[in-house]
This record gives sequence, structure tokens and C-alpha cells, in this order.
Amino acid sequence: MNFSVLQFPASNCDQDAVHAVRHFGHSARLVWHKDAALGDTDCVIVPGGFSYGDYLRCGAIARFSPVMQAVKQFADNGGLVLGICNGFQVLTEAGLLPGALIRNRDLQFHCENIFLKTATNDSPFTSQIPVGKILRVPIAHGEGCYFADEETLAKLKANNQILWQYCDATGNLTDTANPNGALQNIAGICNEKRNVAGLMPHPERACEPLLGSDDGKWIFESIFAALKNKTVAAAA
Amino acid sequence: MKAKIIITPKKAVLDPQGKTVQTALEHMGYTGVTGVHIGKYIEIDLAPGTDKAAAEKALNDAAHKLLSNPVIEDYRLEIE
Repeated sequence: MNFSVLQFPASNCDQDAVHAVRHFGHSARLVWHKDAALGDTDCVIVPGGFSYGDYLRCGAIARFSPVMQAVKQFADNGGLVLGICNGFQVLTEAGLLPGALIRNRDLQFHCENIFLKTATNDSPFTSQIPVGKILRVPIAHGEGCYFADEETLAKLKANNQILWQYCDATGNLTDTANPNGALQNIAGICNEKRNVAGLMPHPERACEPLLGSDDGKWIFESIFAALKNKTVAAAA
Repeated sequence: MKAKIIITPKKAVLDPQGKTVQTALEHMGYTGVTGVHIGKYIEIDLAPGTDKAAAEKALNDAAHKLLSNPVIEDYRLEIE
């Protein structure tokens, strides 16, 4: 499988994402923000960082880069797109995902390991996560508080678009387990077509036991499985 | 000519900065403060003789697409 990892000025998790994909035996390459085409790509990762210095709002400027026009088209054609941290912010600013990410409620930058509950296995990003498995993955953000108006939130719930929620070690969605004040403890969502997803935590930083946790692999395994199914379906 | 754009968080959106400043004001003894909302102020210089109506239309478009995020923010545009 070929992964394209976008690279904006001040992206800083791009190399981690490339490393994670290659670690699992797939190919990944960096795509510069000024490139207007993605090339041969099965999945796009919009990585974490501080694209364009987070000027104006996180992700606001990155949204207008030439490469994001290509990503929009790729997503419109059903391509898989995963936004991690700043990548999630970019995807909401671009209108590829609903809602917005605002300042953490305690105004602090949080850099810590958190626990994630997978709300549904019905998506290309969660299908392989064992049922009931609580994922331990790191977060590192100052503006990760998910917000959406009531109507959008109701729609997210009705369509099963909430993919991950912050929880405690045993899977309870408590307020103390919520690091940033996100509505409904939301850590990650997908779009209505379920081919675009974003999350604030960093699965790419938790893919090897050496890093303290390899729970992030389940998200990557889900994407690999979805792409494999797609290839099989296309060949049939 | 100058355009001024004032961006504020929507009422329904959590504004932890505003809340923190409000608490600080109360601690300092300023009474009667019922709310603090922290936003952004953007000044845009326009070429002299710019058509005001056209500039207003263009800037509203820009404010909607880039300068503010309609999901979480409101804005007010003034041209002088």
C-alpha cells in the first residue's frame, strides 16, 4: 500500500507517520504542501505539528495549500484520509470533517498518555480494533477540545461518526479522563461517508513496544485491512 | 482606507481565556463584570479610492472563508 504523508511548514509528526507505516511493511512518502498532485496513493495522512505556525487558527492556512485541494478531490473520490492532531484541525478547517477544535479548557498544553475507547468498529479506521480493547496512546496538544453545535453533534451520534472517546483505564467516559474538555469526550470522528477520519491522539507514536505502547497499531491495521479489501473488490 | 474585523467566540462555545480573565478581574476587585469574551482584531489596509461596497463584499467573503471560522466564531466588519 502507498501512503502519502503531507508536509506543511512546521509539520513535526510527518517523519513519525512515515516511520509507522514503513514499520508495518508498507510504503510511505512525504508530499510537500506546494505539490498540487498526490501521485499514486492509497491513503493520505495529514500529520501533527503546527502547520504555518498555527497562525490565525490551527489549520486555517494549511487548508488553502495546493496539496489540500488534491486531498479534497481524493476524499471526494472515496480515498482514505486520516488526520492526526494538527491534521485533524486541518481537516475540520477544510470542511472535510464537521466541528472545530478549540483551546483546551484548562488553557494548558497536554503532553501525556491517555486512554481511548473505540465507539464503533464500523469504519476503515477502527474495524480491526479488538472489541472492548482500551487503547493507550499519547496526546500532545493545546487546542484539542472538540466542539460542534447541537445539531452537528446529534448528526454525529445518529450516523455513528464518533470513533474514539477519552476514557479511564477501565473504559469509563469520565470527566477526569477528558484531557481537554471535548464535548462527549470526543477524541476522534469520521465523516458521513466514513472515508475521512481525524483524531487528536497520536497512534503513530504508539506502534512499537519500545515506545511504551503499541496500541496505535490497531488503527493502522484497520486501514491496511480496508485497503486490502478495496483492492480485492476492485480486482473481482 | 482601512478595514477592521473583530472576531469573537460564539456564545455557545467554551471560552476558557475569557473565563480566566473574568475571574482575575473579580479577584482584583472589579465588580459588575458579567462576562469576558476574548477574540481577535484584524486590520486590513486598503488602497486609496477602493470601492467601499466591493471591498465589503470581498472582505465578508474572506472573513467567512479564512479570517474567522463560522463554526466557533462571529465577526463584525467595519470599513473606514
